[in-house]
Amino acid sequence: MLSAAAGGTFGSRPAARRLTRAWPAAALLVAGIVAVPNVVVLSSLATPNVELWLHLWRTQLVELALNTLALLAGVGAGTLVVGTVLAWLVVNYRFPGRGIFEWALILPLAIPAYVIGFTFLGIFEFSGPLQTALRRWLGAGVRLPELRSWGGVTLMMTLVFYPYVYLLARAAFRAQGSAALETARSLGRSRLRAFLEVTLPLARPSLAAGVALAMMEALGDFGTVATFGYRTLTEGIYRVWYGMFDRVAAAQLASVLLLFAAALLAIERASRGRQRFTQRERRGAEAAPVALRGVRAAAATGTCAAVLALAFLLPVGQLALWSARTWAEGRVARDLGALLANTLGLAGVAAVLTCLLAVVLAYAGRLHPSHVTRWSARFASLGYALPGAVIAVGVLIPLSAVDHWLGSVLARLTGRPVGLLLTGSAVGLLFAYAVRFLAVSLQSVDASLTRIAPSLDDAARSLGAGAGRTLRRVHLPLLRGGLAVATVLVFVETMKEMPATLLLRPFGLNTLAMEVWERTNEALWQEAAVPALAIVLAGLVPVIVVIRWSNTARG
Amino acid sequence: MQTPTRTTTGRAAAGARALLLALTIVAGAGAWHLAAAADEVVVYSARSQYGQEPAIDAFTRKTGIQVKSFGGNTSELFDRLKAEGDKTPADVLITVDAGNLWNAGRAGLLSRMDSPEIAANVPANLRDPEGRWTALTVRARTIMYNTTKVKPEELSTYEALADPKWKNRLCLRTSTYVYNQSFLATMIKRSGEPKVEQVVKGWVANNPTLINGDTKILEAIAAGQCDVGLTNTYYLGRILAKDPAFPVAAFWANQQTTGTHINISGAGITANAKNRANAVKLLEFLTSPEAQQSFADSNFEYPANPQASVNPVIAKWGKFRQDDINVAAAGEFQAAATKLADRAGYK
Repeated sequence: MLSAAAGGTFGSRPAARRLTRAWPAAALLVAGIVAVPNVVVLSSLATPNVELWLHLWRTQLVELALNTLALLAGVGAGTLVVGTVLAWLVVNYRFPGRGIFEWALILPLAIPAYVIGFTFLGIFEFSGPLQTALRRWLGAGVRLPELRSWGGVTLMMTLVFYPYVYLLARAAFRAQGSAALETARSLGRSRLRAFLEVTLPLARPSLAAGVALAMMEALGDFGTVATFGYRTLTEGIYRVWYGMFDRVAAAQLASVLLLFAAALLAIERASRGRQRFTQRERRGAEAAPVALRGVRAAAATGTCAAVLALAFLLPVGQLALWSARTWAEGRVARDLGALLANTLGLAGVAAVLTCLLAVVLAYAGRLHPSHVTRWSARFASLGYALPGAVIAVGVLIPLSAVDHWLGSVLARLTGRPVGLLLTGSAVGLLFAYAVRFLAVSLQSVDASLTRIAPSLDDAARSLGAGAGRTLRRVHLPLLRGGLAVATVLVFVETMKEMPATLLLRPFGLNTLAMEVWERTNEALWQEAAVPALAIVLAGLVPVIVVIRWSNTARG
Repeated sequence: MQTPTRTTTGRAAAGARALLLALTIVAGAGAWHLAAAADEVVVYSARSQYGQEPAIDAFTRKTGIQVKSFGGNTSELFDRLKAEGDKTPADVLITVDAGNLWNAGRAGLLSRMDSPEIAANVPANLRDPEGRWTALTVRARTIMYNTTKVKPEELSTYEALADPKWKNRLCLRTSTYVYNQSFLATMIKRSGEPKVEQVVKGWVANNPTLINGDTKILEAIAAGQCDVGLTNTYYLGRILAKDPAFPVAAFWANQQTTGTHINISGAGITANAKNRANAVKLLEFLTSPEAQQSFADSNFEYPANPQASVNPVIAKWGKFRQDDINVAAAGEFQAAATKLADRAGYK
């Protein structure tokens, strides 16, 4: 198969193009629908509130923009370093605990940033148990560094967003196999230099994709920055929306956020450059990990253990402790089973739906690399950086317009008044999830698709397979890992999502994230622990499934 | 080559079937929820609920009228009501903060209640001058102090917290918090923007610790992170009910001047209520002494109906003079208050 792939470039491309015209059309349709909320947000710019913008400019706009940039820089650098270093250690070395760390380091993905935020504050703030004990032992003047700061927010986000980089970097390092690295080594490079000069540049698209995901998350986050009192553009949007009841102005600020997101994506694309990153051999000889001994082994184990302890064990332990306490006091959420079922159901449907859309977009781009498909994918990705509530409004306005129209048409047909059909159903919510999380699945699908050599497509075509058949028989089997990762990422993301769910959920439908929101809104962190723990545990199951899957696929 | 292809196709088909099934279930669940019974009252509520509101359960027990509650954040419920327009299932909007209620009234989301009973139950300064909403409970926002570090004689007014003697000793909630916005808005109505801006600048000059959460502020005062702060009193009530030795007490601010600032949680009937008659009945019941007693007991708030009595835990703070300005001022000057906070550097 591989030799055929390398040699088969004589496929009749024009004929293939004709066959695949449906794909760019489908991509354009998907992007068009997904772009509706963005367009609604952007259309707010048509009626600028000059007085308000002057006020924002005079009082805070510069500060908000700088804070946002600082946060992006911090989270970008933090996740890049932590994710890459951990992936490198785990793929290339053997040290005590490696087998466990390899999968366990993905687990923080299941923890929402706002949850790790309030658990850390609960432990480390001035009135928390740790500082209280320190003051008792060491004197009243003892203080830990303030968590409610740039450093604190950056730390929280780095701890829960680094798995994006780790996952993609690990897959990339593995897929590279040993060939390139061994070549570099045989040319006299040390292991570290070979890593820096060969492995890392080759993994660039995956690393950039992971970092871009982490930064978009940071950009759209509201829960954490609000809890920590760190003022970003997103926080500013809520301030304008809730504080001045000016939704239009809030949408205008959100347009600024869209610009940030677009810039991020542009940088990510640019980092790929004009190079094509493909793998010739699919999982050829995987580099045999080198056994570490003594201090080096201890350092490797210590690094992994420290990250795992901070990002997972500590927050989950604190949640468990609080949960046990509220459980003992009989103050547990009303209907945990129903909440869990609602959460899982919504997340499952959203994950499958979003990944289907991502495959359409990514595959159209591969078959038909043109401005249309490229811009379709880019525009469809912007939603990830928008705060959920802004997307929700962008969905709600057009959806209710359609709904009112539909209602009056049906009323005329049936002669009876018809209520709102779409607004109160899950349609709007699923739509919002797709808008918000398409970037996640697209990044993952696209990154794995890029790594499949185009010569494979040519080979399939030359053997007479059409676009759909090539997708089914060649790409999907190869994409399985990437698709699984995409589905899980969206599933977990959806489960953690708060603001859009709040606004668009069907009447009476409650989820775990809603329960957490109700409690944390009043800083009742103990009471939020049970539903938060449930989110984390429910998120762990699919994460573990994907880990197992990726391991068996390898063997 | 054949086997993986077949399983992939099979998996895709199974996935599609599962997707369809799940969609049907979710849509079905949504439709089922929408099908409200004819005389049922549907409530959109932004009043933080820890379980159900006992007063609403009591209403159903007494009248047999079913009530369906849908919880959410105020602004989001507003946008939902606006989008739903004349097709909204909601009959009643319950929310916290007078500014929010004022805004709901102005946005045309509420209609006049026209109930003499409600007017008799609730004092005029706690109701919309145009009759579209009424208070359900009263919440006082006042000065909290660490009883081991501060003597009550050192305290007097909100304005006096701008005095340099409170430098590095003050804990405040962020200015984004709606109760702070309404608080500043009421102050603006009382004293005018220049004077209030001066006061807020004084607070900011005292380098306050900004904490997101009234309970957290009280804990910070107890732990000694700061000595005084501003919070709503029911948060202290909740803590004291569990821990009577908690070293924080409430000081009634501005007793010699304007009276202590109060805010409300309240309710109104939506502009497009389908079930107006029962909605009015619900609000009449919720403002009656019986329901008011349940509100006062369940959350340590002050009843809006003076006939109900205050919970014993907070009764020991004594009677205090409330600022009797109409709470609608919170809405009128809310945007001005947010901008004033921005100008004064209060984050």
